[in-house]
Amino acid sequence: MRSLEELKNLKAKTEKGLSLREDTGKPTITVHMGTCGIANGARTVLNAVLSELQARNLTDIHVTQTGCPGLCYLEPLVTITEPGKNPFVYSKVSSENVKKIIVEHLINGRPITEWLVNLEK
Amino acid sequence: MEFYRSHVLVCTGTGCTSSDSRLLISGLRKELKDRGLEKEIQVIETGCFGFCNLGPIMVVYPEGVFYCRVKEADLKELVEEHFVKGRVVQRLLYREPGATVKTQEFNNIEFFKHQKRIALANCGIINPEKIEEYIARDGYFALAKVLHEMTPAGVIEELKKAGLRGRGGGGFPTGMKWDFAYKAKGDQKYVVCNADEGDPGAFMDRSVLEGDPHAVIEAMAIAGYAIGANQGFIYVRAEYPIAVERLQLAIQQAHDLGLLGKNIFGMGFDFDLDIRLGAGAFVCGEETALLTSIEGKRGEPRPRPPFPANSGLWGKPTIINNVETYANVPHIIRNGWEWFASIGTEKSKGTKVFALAGKIKNTGLIEVPMGTTLRTIVYDIGGGILNDKKFKAAQTGGPSGGCLSAELLDTPIDYDNLIAVGSMMGSGGLIVMDEDTCMVDIARFFLEFTQDESCGKCPPCRIGTKRMLEILTRITEGKGTPEDLNNLEILAKTIKSAALCGLGQTAPNPVLSTLRYFRHEYEAHIYDKKCPAGVCKALLSYQIDPEKCRGCGLCARNCPTKAISGKIKETFVIDAEKCIKCGACMEKCKFGAISKG
Amino acid sequence: MGCACQCGSGQKEDKFEFIDRVIERYKGQEGSMIPILHSIQQKLGYLPEDVQAYIAEKMEVPLSEIYGIVSFYTLFSTQPKGKHKISVCMGTACYVRGAGLILDELEKELGIRVGETTKDGSFTLEACRCLGACGLAPVLTVDGRVHGRLTVDEVDQVIAEYKDKE
Repeated sequence: MRSLEELKNLKAKTEKGLSLREDTGKPTITVHMGTCGIANGARTVLNAVLSELQARNLTDIHVTQTGCPGLCYLEPLVTITEPGKNPFVYSKVSSENVKKIIVEHLINGRPITEWLVNLEK
Repeated sequence: MEFYRSHVLVCTGTGCTSSDSRLLISGLRKELKDRGLEKEIQVIETGCFGFCNLGPIMVVYPEGVFYCRVKEADLKELVEEHFVKGRVVQRLLYREPGATVKTQEFNNIEFFKHQKRIALANCGIINPEKIEEYIARDGYFALAKVLHEMTPAGVIEELKKAGLRGRGGGGFPTGMKWDFAYKAKGDQKYVVCNADEGDPGAFMDRSVLEGDPHAVIEAMAIAGYAIGANQGFIYVRAEYPIAVERLQLAIQQAHDLGLLGKNIFGMGFDFDLDIRLGAGAFVCGEETALLTSIEGKRGEPRPRPPFPANSGLWGKPTIINNVETYANVPHIIRNGWEWFASIGTEKSKGTKVFALAGKIKNTGLIEVPMGTTLRTIVYDIGGGILNDKKFKAAQTGGPSGGCLSAELLDTPIDYDNLIAVGSMMGSGGLIVMDEDTCMVDIARFFLEFTQDESCGKCPPCRIGTKRMLEILTRITEGKGTPEDLNNLEILAKTIKSAALCGLGQTAPNPVLSTLRYFRHEYEAHIYDKKCPAGVCKALLSYQIDPEKCRGCGLCARNCPTKAISGKIKETFVIDAEKCIKCGACMEKCKFGAISKG
Repeated sequence: MGCACQCGSGQKEDKFEFIDRVIERYKGQEGSMIPILHSIQQKLGYLPEDVQAYIAEKMEVPLSEIYGIVSFYTLFSTQPKGKHKISVCMGTACYVRGAGLILDELEKELGIRVGETTKDGSFTLEACRCLGACGLAPVLTVDGRVHGRLTVDEVDQVIAEYKDKE
C-alpha cells in the first residue's frame, strides 16, 4: 500500500459486494420465487435482474426473493419497493422486460403501469 | 468481484465451531452446488455473533433472516425452501425466550436491540479471513489518517480527550499510558497486545481476534506511530487456536498489501508484528509477568515502578493494552473524540463488551454503552434467568472481582460504580447465578483458582491465599467456626495491601464481596451447618417423602452404595451413614419424592 | 498429534534431530525459548528430562532455567499423555452449570483421578482453564474437539466414542 488512493480504490471495489448485507432504506427488487414462480421462469428473471444491475453498476439496489403471494396465474411476479412508497407489483415478467422495468421505474422514476398487477379489478 | 443475490454468514467462532459449524459450511456448499446455486449464493465464514448458546448460527442477507441451531440434517430442507423456493424455514428461526412468535429480523431481536457495537462492530458482519472486507468497512483508514494528517502527540491528545480507558481490568486512561511511552527516552520501543484472556468466563477478546483481527493490527500500528515504536507483539493464549490462525493470516495479508512492513503508505513509517503464544499461566495476564513471558522466561511479575512505559520489554519503553482497548482505537480516530465521549457515563466513556454466561437464557457476547444497568443486561438482553428461577448474584471481574447482589440490579455499570460496590470491571466476564448457587462455594472456587495460579513469588499471595482457601473449604464442609469469618477478613485485608501484583492484590475480592452481600449464607454454613443453596455436599442430606413415595424401588436400584432399602409398594428409606450424596436417586425418582436439604 | 511411541522404525526422524531443527529455526531470535518448547512438545507429546537436558546443552543455558520454565507453565508436561486427552473446562460458567459433577462422573467411569492416565494408556483426564466456550457450558474437549451442553448421563457416550479410536 503506497498511497491513500490505493486504499480508497480497494474499498470501493469491495464495498459493492458488501452493501448487500446492510439494511438501509434503499430500493428493493423482490422476485417471487414460490414453486409456481420458478416453474414459470422466475429464476431466469432473477438472473436477468442481477446482470442488468451489474451492467449498470447499480449497487444501491437490494435484490431479494420471497415466496408466492398467491397470484400464481400472474407469475413470474416482481415487486419493486422504494422507501416511503407503496410497492409496485409487476406480473408476467420476462427476462426481456426486466431491462425496461429497471430503466423506466428505478432510473427514470416512471412505473410501467400497463405491466402492473391491477388488484382493483 | 462476483455479484451474488444472497450472502449466508455462518459463524466460525469457537462457540459455533464447537457446535460443528465447519461441517455445516461444507455441507451447505455441497448442497448449493448440487442445486446449481453456488454462483448465486455466497457462503461466508464469519466471526462470533455473540449468541453462542444457539450455535451454529446462520444469517441470510439481504433479508437478515436469523437461523439458529442448524444441523447438517436441516441443510437439504433449508436450501430447498429458502434458496430455491424463497420461503423462510420457520422451525429453525430464533425464538425469543417467552415469546411465541419466532423472530425473523435479526436487528429486532431483544438481544441486539439494547446493544451498541463499537469493538464488535465487524464481528459477525465481515469475513475475518479477507482483508478487503475489513477495508470496505473503512478499515485501515484510521491508520491512513494518522499517518497523513496527525502528529504522534495529536493522536495521543485525541485518545485522551475521548476518555478511553483500558478494557482489560484496571481502567487506566489509555491516552495517558501512550503519553508516558511517547515521552520516555529510547531508540527502541515496543507495542504489546495482551490477548492472554485468562479470566474464567471471559471470551470477548477471543471473539474480537476471531471476528475482526485487522482492527487490532490497525490499532497497534497506530500505537506504534504514536509512541515511536516499529515492532509489536501480540501475546495470545495457546488455548485459542482459531484466534491464532486468523491473526497469522491477517498479519500476512496486511504485509502483502503493505499495511505492515516498511514505509507504510509511503509515509516513511515502518511497523511489524509478531505473535507469541502463552503456555497456560494465568498470572501472565498481569502486564509485567506477560512481558517477562515474551522474553522467554518464567512469567513472574515484578514490582512497579518502573512502569512498562518507561522500562518494559527487554528494558525498553513499552505500551501494553488489551484486545478490546485496541479495537476501539480505529473508531475513535475515524469518528473523532467528541463522538466517543458522547457515549457512556461521565468518567467511563464508550461501550463495554461483556461475556454473558452462567444461569442465563441468552448466553453470549454483548456490547452495551457504559452505564447500562445490570437489569437491562440480565433481563432485557439476557432474557432472564434460566428456568425462570430467582436472580441471586452476578459475578464480574473474574477471580479479581466480586458478586453483585439483587439490590444492585439498577446500578449503572461503569468502572467507578463497580469499584464502589466492591467488584471491578475486569475484562468483562459477567456470570449470572441463581438461587441454586452457593456463594460460599463460589468464593471457595475462586480462591482455589487464584491459589493454584499464584506464581509463588510473594508470600502474601502464596501463603495468604492458601490459608484463606483452607478456611473456606472448612466452612463448606461444615467445620467452620465463628472466628473463621473474622480471620478471613483480616487475611483478605493483609493480602490486598501487601501482595506484589494485581493477581494477589485482588484475590481476596470474591471473598470480601460475598461476605458483604451474602454473610447470612456463611453464617448458615457455620451456625446451622446448612447450605441454603443445597450445593455443599457435606452439609446435605437426602430424604424420601413418605407421602409421595409409591414404593417402586427405582431409587434403591440406582443407588451406587446400596444406601436405600425398603419393600416394593411400601415407603423406602435412605441410610444416612451409607449415603454418599451423589443425588442419583433424586434424579431417577419419577414422583419427586426425594428432596435434599 | 505427534508420535510419542518411539517405535524406532528407522525411517522416522530421530527426536534429537528434530530438536536440532527446531532450535535452528529460532536461532538468533530473542525470547524464543517458549515457542521452541511448544514446537517440541507438540511433536513429542511431552518434555522428558533427557529432552530438556539436550535443549539446555544446545541452547547453552542451564538445565535449571529450562526446568523452571517447563514447570511454571501448565501447558508443558514432563509426563507422557494417554492416546486421548479429555480436558474438562473448570471456568466459572461451566462450574456453575455443573462441570464438577461431570468431572466426578469421568473419574468414576475411567477409574482415575484428575491429572492421571488410564492403565491401558488410552485416556488422560485433565481439568482445564476456561476455554471461552461459555455459551455451551458445561464443556469438555477430547483431543481438542469440544463437546458442549453436557449432562452427567452423556459422559459414558463421550468416552465410548473415543474408546476404540486410534
